[in-house]
Amino acid sequence: MKKKKWAVDRNKRISWIGEFIKKYLKVDAKDSLFLYVNQSFAPAPDTLVGTVFDCFGSDGKLVLHYCRTQAWG
Amino acid sequence: MAEDREIMRELWDGRVPVTFTLAEEEIDSEQPDPVYLMVPRITYFPLVTEKITKHFTKYISEENQGEVWLEFEGQPLKWHYPVGVLYDLYNSDSSLPWRISVHFQEFPEDELLHCGSKDVVESHFISTIKEADSLKHRGQVINGMQKKDHKQLWNGLIHDRFEQFWSVNKKLMESSGDDMFKYIPFRIYMVDKHYVQSLFRPMTDEGQHYTLKDLLKASVPEFFNSDDIFTMHAVIHGVEPPLHTPILWLSEHFSFPDNFLHICVLSTDSKGYI
Repeated sequence: MKKKKWAVDRNKRISWIGEFIKKYLKVDAKDSLFLYVNQSFAPAPDTLVGTVFDCFGSDGKLVLHYCRTQAWG
Repeated sequence: MAEDREIMRELWDGRVPVTFTLAEEEIDSEQPDPVYLMVPRITYFPLVTEKITKHFTKYISEENQGEVWLEFEGQPLKWHYPVGVLYDLYNSDSSLPWRISVHFQEFPEDELLHCGSKDVVESHFISTIKEADSLKHRGQVINGMQKKDHKQLWNGLIHDRFEQFWSVNKKLMESSGDDMFKYIPFRIYMVDKHYVQSLFRPMTDEGQHYTLKDLLKASVPEFFNSDDIFTMHAVIHGVEPPLHTPILWLSEHFSFPDNFLHICVLSTDSKGYI
């Protein structure tokens, strides 16, 4: 992704970010995409972005890694 | 940790009696017999409903056999929450057995996640343990384990093997010296709301233990009255631990196998809970 920083509504779900990235990358909506926190775990798709930010954000940012295949078991 | 082993064993063995019936609107011709099952509180529904699904699909036509989902009194049940959490949260009048409707049509996309196979449950389970360890030990314990240890946690859960599970889980629950929990992995559930999760330390800077009451006050201050009394009921595994219980002790002993403390905040009291 060219633009890496985005402002996301706290009340959006993690799945919303997943769908957003798919659209941005022009990936088929049916294809899978995995989002990871701390390069370690994948929050459930219905988790609120604000909750993940509160627990795992730092310096006012939440860093998420995405990949097309499952990366970190 | 883990001196109060009997308690962990009791919680592990907790069951709720459930009656599964095919949803009325999905009955083609005859009403199939309901299925009765004692379901472990700590498990997830997709791990126990395979036979039930098989039983009911015999009674419905093939074109109506979509992905299975469960519902209680109009409330779709999230498969990725432990059974005990769903029971405590929604079966508020505690009538037994718990009557759950089984659906194969009109999957509520907005409310439920899809669950294609047990592998999906496994990755959710392991991922939740990783999240918990990120909070407790910056992820160092779980990431230092081997794949076979992760498998052992999972197999312990699905085969109901307490010893097998705890022989690995005890490392994750290590909370002494350098391994002291940094934060307590917890989620607070309320009906019709998203759960609350935030960073909460086990102790003050002076080494004084925070209690369940401190956690509730930090997370759901709206449920304390002007006299500092908690006006709701905090239920974990169907019991209401005293509010002065140290949160670290609860985290070590009352966490679910996914390493989170799942706390239901309810307006009704817990009389009649199992």
